[in-house]
Amino acid sequence: MSLTTNPRTLNHPNRASSPGRPKQTLRDRYGDRAFNIAATTVLLLSILAVVYPLYFIVIASISDPNAVYEGKVWLFPSGVTTEGYERIFADSRIWNGLGNTVIYTVLGTAISVSTILCGAYALSRKDMPGRKILMLLFVITMFFDGGLITKYLVVRDLGMLDTVWAVVLPGAVGVWNLIIARSFFEHTIPNELREAAQMDGATDFKFFFQMVLPLSKPLIMLMIMVHVVAQWNSFFDALIFLNDDSKYPLQLVLRNILIQSDVSSTGTTGGDIESYAAAQRIAELTKYAMIVVSSLPLMIALPFMQKHFTKGAMIGAVK
Amino acid sequence: MSRTIPARRGRPAAAPLPQPKNSLALRLKRISRAWQLYVLLAPAIIYIVVFKYWPMYGVQIAFKNYNPVDGFTDSPWVGLTHFIRFMNSYQFGQVVGNTLWIAVLGLLVAFPIPIILALLVNQLQSERFKKFTQTVLYSPAFISTVVVVGIMFVVLSPRSGLVNNAIQLGGGEPIFFMGSAEWFRPIYVISDVWQNAGFSMIVYLAALAAIDPALHDAAKVDGASKLQRIRHIDLPGIMPVVTILFILAIGNLLNVGFEKALLMQTPLNLSTSEIIQTYVYHAGLQQAQFSYSAAIGLFNSLLNLALLLVFNTIARRANQATLW
Repeated sequence: MSLTTNPRTLNHPNRASSPGRPKQTLRDRYGDRAFNIAATTVLLLSILAVVYPLYFIVIASISDPNAVYEGKVWLFPSGVTTEGYERIFADSRIWNGLGNTVIYTVLGTAISVSTILCGAYALSRKDMPGRKILMLLFVITMFFDGGLITKYLVVRDLGMLDTVWAVVLPGAVGVWNLIIARSFFEHTIPNELREAAQMDGATDFKFFFQMVLPLSKPLIMLMIMVHVVAQWNSFFDALIFLNDDSKYPLQLVLRNILIQSDVSSTGTTGGDIESYAAAQRIAELTKYAMIVVSSLPLMIALPFMQKHFTKGAMIGAVK
Repeated sequence: MSRTIPARRGRPAAAPLPQPKNSLALRLKRISRAWQLYVLLAPAIIYIVVFKYWPMYGVQIAFKNYNPVDGFTDSPWVGLTHFIRFMNSYQFGQVVGNTLWIAVLGLLVAFPIPIILALLVNQLQSERFKKFTQTVLYSPAFISTVVVVGIMFVVLSPRSGLVNNAIQLGGGEPIFFMGSAEWFRPIYVISDVWQNAGFSMIVYLAALAAIDPALHDAAKVDGASKLQRIRHIDLPGIMPVVTILFILAIGNLLNVGFEKALLMQTPLNLSTSEIIQTYVYHAGLQQAQFSYSAAIGLFNSLLNLALLLVFNTIARRANQATLW
């Protein structure tokens, strides 16, 4: 693909002998061409390796479970059925989990993003006394960690077990995100702007909320997305801090169904092997559909989010 | 402010006497003037004190017999008992070995692949194909660990899975991937690459984009091939980023991927899938041996810190970028 759009190899076949490129021999050009072919092949194979399993899950989720079971589904769905999806939509655990996840995601993101933005801005101000020591306080936590057990005991002592707070608070502020936000403020908010605002009598609060935040939309978008994705996908805090399964987020419900193979709601009818095997196949079908449904929201949002994440990687790399 | 200026001018060198009191007052004044900044920082500070430093303070229970009534501070000291018990337990060798195996294998395989991908993508001439490749390769990073492991279970299922169907089509015997100890490590590492390589690639692409194009032009004029330009321009250009990310990866060596290992565990693959952190989870939270498992967790952190220090020193010796 890249070969055909390469003007050097196609449009100017004699360029190698032109005076501007004295040493570009024919052999080198073939070397580059071989490289292009090899690179494109490797990347196409990588794309296939990423896409095919996902594609297979999508077609398997709408195929007759018997056809999937017998290995007849490879490129196209066979014997289209929506039973897997119907079962999901009838499963109250999924809906309940989805509702919890939405609550945890909105609340968690709001807490994390506002704490990080405010804190990072303060730390970005070179005129704040004690800035270096305070920053060190955060950086230390990147290298030393109290560990799982003491974190659990602290959350328990705070009386947060089995509450929303246990899911949204313990991981609220990532130091890495704080550093990214701080270096964004350092690089995009000019000192002169603040001095001018202070001349006009603006307080730090006023300057932060009325000038800095409106100028930091890309950062705010990035932070929101990072936290939405992380919270949407997280299960571990919920696993250790929640006992009450009516509070389980979607990921934990999925784990119990997909991985622990908890088929209680798919109904094992009768005692004979035939119907048990059929129930098993339906359960498999439901799993495929469940993977699709739970990943779809973020996959749809991906093209929209990509721009911001790429920018975020840049900010991180600059640091 | 205005008070200090004449003072400096009038007595350039010989005025040590009023200085301390003055600077203290000055500092207090500067601090009180910045009070709004401290208010902005307060939630984050409260957060790390409660959820980071309090647990860190609680690590002392690794040397104590923790009981909920006495709490972190007043539980009785027992010295290194828990550490000794862990080191003498029959799981010790296995659990530490499994952890190092996964960590090192993961690093050797999963660390270089994003670099290679970035170098290849960077050489693509078609901007559209470049963008497309990037988007596709990094989309799995947005799938949750639970779902990725769920995908493994259905795709690798011995009865109906895609992979075993392919194996049977080729005349082979089906393999119970998720239930066999020897398959745990390959599956763990391959799925890690599958999920994260594309996302890690983005950072390297950003670093590659920052390389001065004039270097490439000059090399082209001198007749350098693409491979030569990658070796002599691109690679040295991204080396600082590579080194820093490598040290960071070492620093997290024993921490990352714990959730996935826990999810991938089945009773049949425990002999390779039980790593230090899953062991801490089982012993600590499921069996409520808080002090014992806190000691194991601390052992893990210290091992990790030691690795970080060693590699940072190596990087410094090799005259590369370091963390500090």
